[in-house]
Amino acid sequence: MKATAEEVDYRDNIFTRIKNRYKNSVVRYVFSEPMGIASLILVALIILIAVFAPFLAPRNPNEIDIINSLEGPSRSNLMGTDNLGRDIMSRVIYGTRIALFVAFSSMSIAVIIALILGVIAGYASEGVDNFLLIMFDIIRSFPALILAIVFRVMVGQGLLGLIIIIGFTSFPGYARLIRAQVLKIKKSEYVVAAQALGVPAHKIMLRHLLPNAIGPLFIQIAMDVPVVITFEAGLSFLGLGVPPPTPSWGSILYTGYSYVRVSPWMIIFAGSALALATLGFTILGETLRDNLDPKLRQN
Amino acid sequence: MLSYIFRRFMVTIITVIGAMILLFIFIQLLPGDPVSNLVGPRASEAVIQTFRERMMLDRPVYVQLGTFLLNVLRGDLGVDVLNHVPVSRLIMINLPHTILLATSSIFFACLLGIPLGVYAAAYRNTLADKILGVISISLISLPAFLAGLFALLIFSLNLRWFPMMGAGESGNILDQLYHLALPTFSLALGWIGYIARIMRASVLEELTQDYVRTARSKGLAEWVVIYKHVIRTSIIPVVCVVGLGFGTLLGGAVLIEIIFSRPGLGNLIYRAIETRNFPVVQGGLIIAVFLYSLANLLADLSYGFINPRLRSE
Repeated sequence: MKATAEEVDYRDNIFTRIKNRYKNSVVRYVFSEPMGIASLILVALIILIAVFAPFLAPRNPNEIDIINSLEGPSRSNLMGTDNLGRDIMSRVIYGTRIALFVAFSSMSIAVIIALILGVIAGYASEGVDNFLLIMFDIIRSFPALILAIVFRVMVGQGLLGLIIIIGFTSFPGYARLIRAQVLKIKKSEYVVAAQALGVPAHKIMLRHLLPNAIGPLFIQIAMDVPVVITFEAGLSFLGLGVPPPTPSWGSILYTGYSYVRVSPWMIIFAGSALALATLGFTILGETLRDNLDPKLRQN
Repeated sequence: MLSYIFRRFMVTIITVIGAMILLFIFIQLLPGDPVSNLVGPRASEAVIQTFRERMMLDRPVYVQLGTFLLNVLRGDLGVDVLNHVPVSRLIMINLPHTILLATSSIFFACLLGIPLGVYAAAYRNTLADKILGVISISLISLPAFLAGLFALLIFSLNLRWFPMMGAGESGNILDQLYHLALPTFSLALGWIGYIARIMRASVLEELTQDYVRTARSKGLAEWVVIYKHVIRTSIIPVVCVVGLGFGTLLGGAVLIEIIFSRPGLGNLIYRAIETRNFPVVQGGLIIAVFLYSLANLLADLSYGFINPRLRSE
């Protein structure tokens, strides 16, 4: 049966629409550069390892086997064992989970605080704006890691505490970004129109300012994933991160550091995992930024 | 311009004072009674009372805050409750090590990063430039403390080229420099990539200027154009980044100091937290915040001098 002209036209329409959509999509930009593809594969791999950790890990990451402690790579333990005889490979694989989980949940917290305070700072009166700006600057005036250490001692151990602390120490940067966006949008006609119609302030912030101010934030978030992963690893390295025995790259590195004269394998493998993860996310973030930021795209 | 400097200066002062108040609140909120943490559960009532008075814990909170702020302004950061050493003296002993480490790292990073960036710009879009780009991003993404661990593993333990820990014999400058080498290298690695990249972009932008075309049309060789004309102007962004980076380096130095068991501000604060020695934590953090804010202020001001458009914002 021959398709009618109308049908062909319709089909063409759909194809061109899909094609156009692909032409302008982020995916195409990332795929157009070899480094972008490489980073995308690396990041996808890391996410897959995190999701399927229970199927990929050869052993229970917390299974203690003192007799075979601090051994080098062998057939039964591909990456060797740590000071308690736990399988390093399984711990590194499960560590991927922790790294990504802490990174994404703490960034979500940072983004939520930043959205609320950033929109308020941008939209509210100058007094409120100045007060909030100074608050952001005060939090930023502490070296982040040292601030996190102080918080950690205050709030105590626990995964939730860690996530909140990382979120809290990293939100001011995002809040400033949102505020700057809101300042720009606030003058636009649709906001003025909404004000003239008597829409209450909280509705304007929620319905008009928030959705339109959020764009540049995504680029910044993508750029910051490796920073947060490093942050968690650093805190865990100091024994202030994820509570034991949960495997985290940072705590594996710390055990490796304590036994560095006996066995280098913990530092080598957990370190490589951390380095690959930060590398993948850094390149992906930069590829996205280079292609999504219209100012950079023109160049 | 003067009003810009004044405003920026005021904001810095408010920030530092605000940070001090915030710090004071933190210390108040810390779990556990600082006195019983210090003297242990079996101390007599009299000992507890002496410590309470020494730490001024028997006064109302606002009096404690007021005294605390006034003392800091006078340069008195309190007394280490364990060893009865003034905190300011502890900081004077430790801080030079951190500043030395941060400065030497920045210096080393510029020493390698600037020529690499210029080279990449001069040979833009060649294979060498692309390889340098990949190396730069790899260095940028490598966490400094991981670089420290790898350096420790390779250069101290396996090759035995460098010592593992400490800052070297005091008074023996050569020994101290020898001990400084690996920590500097680890902390600088990321900055080499970063500076190389900024330098490359800056040189590329400068190469499009009219005076470069004039210099070229005079028949000057390309390397003369770059080394005699372009580098001088394109180095400015690097100077700004270095100013901003100094503060970040102070934070990054904490982990490096711990890994290489070096004395320093970060190590001091970290050890004080472990022993719940609050005056040391407080004093150390105040100095850290002060240095960090100062570095940011100077960097901001230098930006303002170079780019007049920023002054009005």
